[in-house]
Formats: sequence, structure tokens, C-alpha cells
Amino acid sequence: MLIRRNRIEPPSSEITPEQEYLNRRQFLGVVGSIGAISATGALTEAMLGGLQSAGAQQPSDAITDEAKVTSYNNYYEFGTDKEDPKANSQQFRARPWSVKIEGLARKTGNMPLDNFLAPSKVQDRTYRFRCVEAWSAVIPWRGIPLADVIRRAEPLPSAKYIEMATLYDPARMPGQRARTIDWPYLEGLRLDEALHPLAFLATGMYGKTLPNQNGAPLRLVVPWKYGFKNIKAIVSIKFTDKPSNTTWMRAAPDEYGFYANVNPAVDHPRWSQARERKLGDILRKPTAMFNGYSEVASLYGGMDLRRNF
Amino acid sequence: MTAAAQPQVRVRPLGPRIGRGLKPVVFVVLLTPAVWLTYALLTGQLDGDVVKILEIDTGTLALRTLAFTLLITPLRKLTGWAWLATYRRMLGLFVFFYATMHMMVYFGLDLELRFDEIWTSILKRPYITIGMLSWLILVPLAITSLSAIAKKLGGARWKKLHQLTYVVAITATTHYLWAVKKDTFWPLVYFAVFAALLLSRFVERRRSRVPER
Repeated sequence: MLIRRNRIEPPSSEITPEQEYLNRRQFLGVVGSIGAISATGALTEAMLGGLQSAGAQQPSDAITDEAKVTSYNNYYEFGTDKEDPKANSQQFRARPWSVKIEGLARKTGNMPLDNFLAPSKVQDRTYRFRCVEAWSAVIPWRGIPLADVIRRAEPLPSAKYIEMATLYDPARMPGQRARTIDWPYLEGLRLDEALHPLAFLATGMYGKTLPNQNGAPLRLVVPWKYGFKNIKAIVSIKFTDKPSNTTWMRAAPDEYGFYANVNPAVDHPRWSQARERKLGDILRKPTAMFNGYSEVASLYGGMDLRRNF
Repeated sequence: MTAAAQPQVRVRPLGPRIGRGLKPVVFVVLLTPAVWLTYALLTGQLDGDVVKILEIDTGTLALRTLAFTLLITPLRKLTGWAWLATYRRMLGLFVFFYATMHMMVYFGLDLELRFDEIWTSILKRPYITIGMLSWLILVPLAITSLSAIAKKLGGARWKKLHQLTYVVAITATTHYLWAVKKDTFWPLVYFAVFAALLLSRFVERRRSRVPER
């Protein structure tokens, strides 16, 4: 075999080092150039290795082209095809906007978005993004830590979870006129997940205001979870004592769970999660446990992540 | 009305010469998407999840060509353009061409020829199993499209074998339906189209069974 491949599953906490990935590329280049190709797998990969050196394959930590991130979206509120959100959201007006804090918290109520955001300092954060469909990106976000918002709401001791909802307004979101999924889109986190410093509420990306197709004016970013957890166009945050029965859990309970942590060892019923393809790339690269954010591992100590997928 | 008068009533704007003459044009039209997709892939013009885009496009091309293949016979009966029948083989082979491209993109580019994953996908993922089955059914149909082999097989047996096209219409659309998650609109459209095409044959067969007066 020409290509080194881990035949044994790595421990869940282990992340494939960047250098190992890059070495694989170099090795492929050598293989391609000397033409010592015997296995069919190597043949294809060597040909693709040539593509990569021509610029069709990017380093894994390079920021993804803004054009790709803004034109390839899963956002059923604006249509089910990947091009639909960009095409159908241009008329969407994301202001005025308000966010409702409800449920088991002291400071509940409806708040204009600006007041909701104002007490926090805006930060820039570049995160890896991993879709459950096994494509990925690296995106520079702008926004505020979710923990700030949670603390300001002063959750009651009985609050163990949060549930967030997307705007439901078929007049403004044409995709909602069809019953593809149950509207409004609901997502949830355990309260300690929501308080984790990585959890982020984005209002912008690539140094600009969030485009409509990416969830304007306010979306969640939890980079260690699959993309569908990152609920868009948030209108409410509810504190509860029970986990949310989220939209995708209801739509396909065997395919999508509450946690949806990025986990290369647990396959989606229809595809493997072991590798991902960065937008624009042709070759896949290995997917890391928790999308490489191993600092969240302590949130799931003792849990069977195969069952709690 | 006498039987002899009937053909003269039919309007035939497209004579057999023009009809057959258009064949190279149709060939180029059917081949263009494959050339474009290859070019777009190699020059990085596919935005997004490139391999996924290739999968969707080649799969839809195979299904669309299959629908056109199955449209020929009803269309021929409706218009009386006998030359339409000469298009069946070319279209059928394009179905096989795009289905093969589709499968190669999945195994070669999506699974990167990792044989363990290829095997797992065929055995464990029902939409791949039925997709693989659809392709396998197409293989004998493509082989027996060669005139020499078709002759050897004999008209009746060839016809019977090629009725498997109807089976592929159903298994391939089921593959599509099972491959998507909640956006089932297009798979259901293909189901409706194929159902109409199969139904038209059923109706035709029943009608032709009625003895002439």
C-alpha cells in the first residue's frame, strides 16, 4: 500500500496532526512524479494530488473563500437546494429585529437586537465549520460569546437546557410555505454547553454584517458540533429543564441526535463521518473528534457518544 | 373512415430524413454536460462541495436521459414518426454513460476508492444498494444494444430483456428518494414522470389487445 492510512480507529480524543496530513500530500506528489503507481486507489489520489498542486486543494487551516461560504448553504427557510438560500434571501429584511428571552430565567422578555448585543464587546473568531453532510469550511465570524447572553438572563437553578427558535414568517421566508420540516426551526444545547467559552453568537462574518443566507441578523456558532446545530435568524432563547426535541431530531431521529458532536467514529446512516471535504477541495481530509476542539471533551465525560450522537 | 385515409390526416413537419439527420446534434447535446462537468471540475469552477455537485448532476442527467428514452415510444405512436425509434439506443447508452459516471464519481472521488468504505456503503446503506442494483441492471442492456448481440438474442428475447428499463426507472428513482433527506420534491417528480410513462404503455397495450372491428 502506498498511502499510510490508520487501519485502527484512533482514540476519540486524538486529532490527526496537521503535519501528518501535509506529509501525505508531499508523499503523493513524489508518487505521482515518479509514476510508480500500482494500486488503483493511489492512481486516483495521485491524479488528484496533481490537481492539488495546481491549487484545487487548500491547506486545512486556510480560510475558505467568502464566495463559497455565502453561496453553498443549508437553510431550508429559503429553499432546500444549496443555491436557494442565496437566491431567495436577498429581499429578506433582518432589521428591525428582537430576541425574546423566556422560560426559567429571571430576566425574561423581548429585547431589540441592539440592546441584546450592546453590553458585550464584539469579537472576531475564526472557527472550523463541519457540516453533518461531511463538507467543511474555515470561517471568520464576528459576534459575542453566547455565555454573556446566558449570564445576563440570570437562569434559575432549575434551568438545565436552552432552546432556540428561528423566525417563522412564511411571507419573508419563502421556504416555510412548504412543509419540508416542522417550522419554526428549533435547536437546543445543554446549559453547560451553552456556557462554554467556544459557543458564540454571530452577527457578522468576513469582517462584514452577516449575509441573509448565512443567518442574519443573529446565528449560533458551536464549532465542535455539526453545522445544523448552528441555528440561524434566532428570535428566541428559552431556558428549560428538558432537552429540546429539535427540528432534525423530529425529522429523522435515527440520523440526527440532540448532541450532534462532530465524531469521526460514528457514521451517519447514509455516509461515513470519518473524512470531510473542504468547500472547493476535491480530496477529503480526516475529520477530528469534536472538530478538533478537544477542550470541550470534559463536557461529555462518561457519556456514550455512540448512543448520544 | 377507411384505414387507408388515416395516415394522410397526420401532420408530419419532421420527415425521416431531417429526423435522422438531427442525430449527431442530439449526440452532442447529450455529451455536452459531461464535457462541461469535467472541464468545470478540472478548472475549479464548481462552487461548494464539488464532488457532491458532480454526484447530483451526473445522477440527474442519467434519470433525465432515462425519462427521454422512455418517452420515445409513446411519442412515436402519438406522432407517427417512425424514425424516432432509431434514437432509443443512443439515448439508452447515454443513460448507461451517465449512470456509470455517477457511480465512478461516488466510488472514485467521494469514497476515494477506499474499498472498505465502498463495501460498507453497498452492504449497509440501502440507497447505495439499490443504486448499485440499478447500474447492474443497465449493464446487460448496454451490452445487448450492440446489433450483432441483439440479433443473436432474437427480437422477442431482446425485447423482454430490455423491459428491465422499466425496473431501472423505479429502482433508480427509489435510489434518489432514499439519498435525499427531507427535500423529496424532485425524486417525487421523477416518480410521477416515470409512472406516467409506464402507464401510457399499459394503456396502449390494453388498447391494442381490443380486436379490430
